[in-house]
Amino acid sequence: MSLAQAGDVEEAAEPVVAVPQGGGVGEVRTGGWFVRLTIVAVCILWLIPALGVLITSFRKEDLVNTSGWWTAFAHPFQAGAWTVENYRSALDAGGLGNSFLNSLAVTIPSTVIPITIAAFAAYAFAWMEFKGRYVLFVTVVGLLVVPLQMALIPILKLYVNGATLFDYVVFPQLHLNGTFLAVWLAHAGFGLPLAIYLLRNYIGSLPSSIIESAKIDGADHFTIFWRLIVPLSVPALAAFAIFQFLWVWNDLLVAYVFLGGERSVQVLTLNLANLVGSRGENWQLLTSAAFISMALPLVVFFSLQKYFVRGLTAGAVKG
Amino acid sequence: MSKIDPAPAGGGAVAAAAPPPRGNALWVFALRVVGAVAIPIVAFYILWVTFDFLRDSEANRVIVVGVAVVVGAGGVFFLYWAMNRAVELLPQRYREGVRPWIFVGPAMVLLSVFLVYPVINTILISFKDAQSQSFVGLDNFKFVFTDESMLRSIRNTLGWMIIVPTAAVAIGLAFATLADRLRRGEAVAKSIIFLPMAISFAGASITWRLIYSFRPAGFGSNIGLLNGIMLGLGQNPVDWLSQHPWNNLYLMVIMVWMQTGFAMVILSAAIKSIPDEIIEAARIDGASEWQVFRRIMVPSILPTIVVVATYMVINSLKVFDIVFVMGNAELNQTEVIAERMIRWFFIGQDFGKGAAIAVVLFIVVIPVMVWNVRRFREEEMIR
Repeated sequence: MSLAQAGDVEEAAEPVVAVPQGGGVGEVRTGGWFVRLTIVAVCILWLIPALGVLITSFRKEDLVNTSGWWTAFAHPFQAGAWTVENYRSALDAGGLGNSFLNSLAVTIPSTVIPITIAAFAAYAFAWMEFKGRYVLFVTVVGLLVVPLQMALIPILKLYVNGATLFDYVVFPQLHLNGTFLAVWLAHAGFGLPLAIYLLRNYIGSLPSSIIESAKIDGADHFTIFWRLIVPLSVPALAAFAIFQFLWVWNDLLVAYVFLGGERSVQVLTLNLANLVGSRGENWQLLTSAAFISMALPLVVFFSLQKYFVRGLTAGAVKG
Repeated sequence: MSKIDPAPAGGGAVAAAAPPPRGNALWVFALRVVGAVAIPIVAFYILWVTFDFLRDSEANRVIVVGVAVVVGAGGVFFLYWAMNRAVELLPQRYREGVRPWIFVGPAMVLLSVFLVYPVINTILISFKDAQSQSFVGLDNFKFVFTDESMLRSIRNTLGWMIIVPTAAVAIGLAFATLADRLRRGEAVAKSIIFLPMAISFAGASITWRLIYSFRPAGFGSNIGLLNGIMLGLGQNPVDWLSQHPWNNLYLMVIMVWMQTGFAMVILSAAIKSIPDEIIEAARIDGASEWQVFRRIMVPSILPTIVVVATYMVINSLKVFDIVFVMGNAELNQTEVIAERMIRWFFIGQDFGKGAAIAVVLFIVVIPVMVWNVRRFREEEMIR
C-alpha cells in the first residue's frame, strides 16, 4: 500500500464520519458469536471430506468396502472395528525412510533457489526503471499458464541431448538426467512465474516513502533490497515458500521424469504410488499413505504460520 | 515524485550532466547480456561440479541438501552481490543501464530454458502431424474448433474459469477477514481451510470418491457420503458424477475445496499488512465493521485480490487431474481443455492435436494478461 492509497482511504472514510454506527470502539476488534459461528461452520464443512479419509485409514479393508465411513460412528467401540494395520503396511512397504529423505533432498533446494532468484527479479520489476520491463512482466504472467506437462518432454531432451542452434552449442550435453540438480532446476524454473508474480505484487505495494527515504540516505538498490525489502516481505516470502514446498512435496510427475524411479532416488509420492499400485485399489492403504505424506507439509505450514503477522510496515506510513 | 531516481543518490547531478550513452548502445547491450547470463551460468557450474561426484552414489542426503542450500541459495545470493559490486566498477553512465539486468536476468534465463523454449517447441509441433513428421498447416486447429468434444471442453473450461475463482476468492476473503477477528484459534481455523492444499493429488481423489461414490441397487451398499445422506432421507441413490451439466459443478467443488486455502493465506497476509492506524482511525470516526471492510480493507488489498483471482483463473484453466480421475470425462461430458490436451498428447499419442490444444490455452489467457498489465500501469501511476 502506498501513500496514495492511504489518501484514498481518507476520502473513503469521509462519508463514514457523517453516519456514526452503533458499537463501542473498544469491542470492535474481535468478533462476536456471528464470527465464531461462521468460522466453525466453514471449518466443519472443510473438514468433512478429510475426516472421511482419516476414518477410512483406520478401518479394516472389508468394512471400508461394505459400509460408509460415517457408519463407524454408530459403533465406535465395536471390537475389531479399528486397526492401525493400514499404517503399518504402508510404513513397512520398504524404503519409506529413504524416500522420505529423497523427498526432502528434492524439496528444500527446489523451494529455496526460486525464492532467491524471484525476489531479486520482483524487486527490479517493482522499483527499477528499465526498458522492456512491461514486456518481460507480461511474459512472466503469460508463462503462468504453460501446462507443466508440455514442458517435460522438451526439457528431458535438453537434459539428455543438449541443444544446438545453427551449429553453436546453446545447451551443452550434461547428462543431467537422474540427478537431484536436474529436478531442482526444473522445479525452480516451473515455480518462478508464480514466485515473481506474487512477490512483485507484494514488494510493489510497499510504501514508496520508505524506499525514497533510503535513497536519500544514500542506499543503493542492493542495500535497499537486502536491508529493507527482504525483511518487510517476510509474509510474502513465507507464503510462497509454503506453496512451493507443498507443490514440490506432492509432485510425482517432475520427480519421476527427471530423477527416475530407482529405489535409491525414489521420492515419497512415487513410493506411495507404487505401494498402492502393487496392491490394487486399496482405499484403506491409499488413505493412510495420504496421511503419512501430509504430516510434514502440515508441520511446515504451522511453523511458518507465525510469519503471517500484523504490522510489519507499522510506522512506515506516516501519511 | 513517482519513481526512484535512476541514478544513485549523490551521483545524480553527475549522471544528469553526463551525455546519454547512446553512442555506446552496443556496449550497454553487451554488458546487460553478460550481467543477465553470468549469475545463472556460474551458479549452475558450481552446482554441477559440486554434485557431479554425488551422482547416483549412496550420498548422504543430509549433506546433499546442506550443500545444495548453501550453494543454491547462499551462493546465488553472493553472486548477485558480486555482480552488483562489479557494476559499481563500471563508468557512472553505464551503471543504471546495466544494474536492472543483474536483478532480472537470472530469472529470465531460467524461464527461457524451462518455459519459453518448451512453449516455442509446442507452437511448432502444433502445425505438424501426429508424429511431428511433416507440416499440416492449420489442420490441428480446425480439429480443435470443430470437434464436438473439444467445443464442449472449451465451454466447460469457461465455466471453471468463472465459477472457481469467484467462489474461492469470496470464501477465502470472507474467511481471512473473519478469522482475523478471532480472539484465539486463528491459526487452527486457517490451518483447517489450508489442510486440503497439503493433500497430494492421489489423496484428494480418494477423498472425494468417498463423497460422490455411487453404487446402483444390488451392487453393494453405497459408501459415498452424499448417497448415504440420500438413503437416510429415504431417497434413491444418485450417480452424481453423470448428472450433466451439474456434474461440472460437483467437480468444481473439489477444486474450490483444494484451492480456497491458497486464496485465504495470501489475502490474510495482505489484510494483516494494512496499517492498524488507518483502520483504527476509521473505527474511531464511527465506521461500522462492514464499512471498514468495504471502504478500507477491500480497496487496500485490491491489488492482492487481483493477483489471487488471476492465479485462480489460470489454475482453473490448467485443471485436468480432477476431471481425469473422477470418472469418464467424455461419457459424463465434463471435458476441459487441459484434460483434452493431456488425453491427445500422452494417451492418444497425437502430438500435433495435443500441442494445438495447448496453444488454445495460451490464447485464452491473453485477456487475463492484458488486465494485469493495465493494473500494473495504474498502480505505478498512483505511486
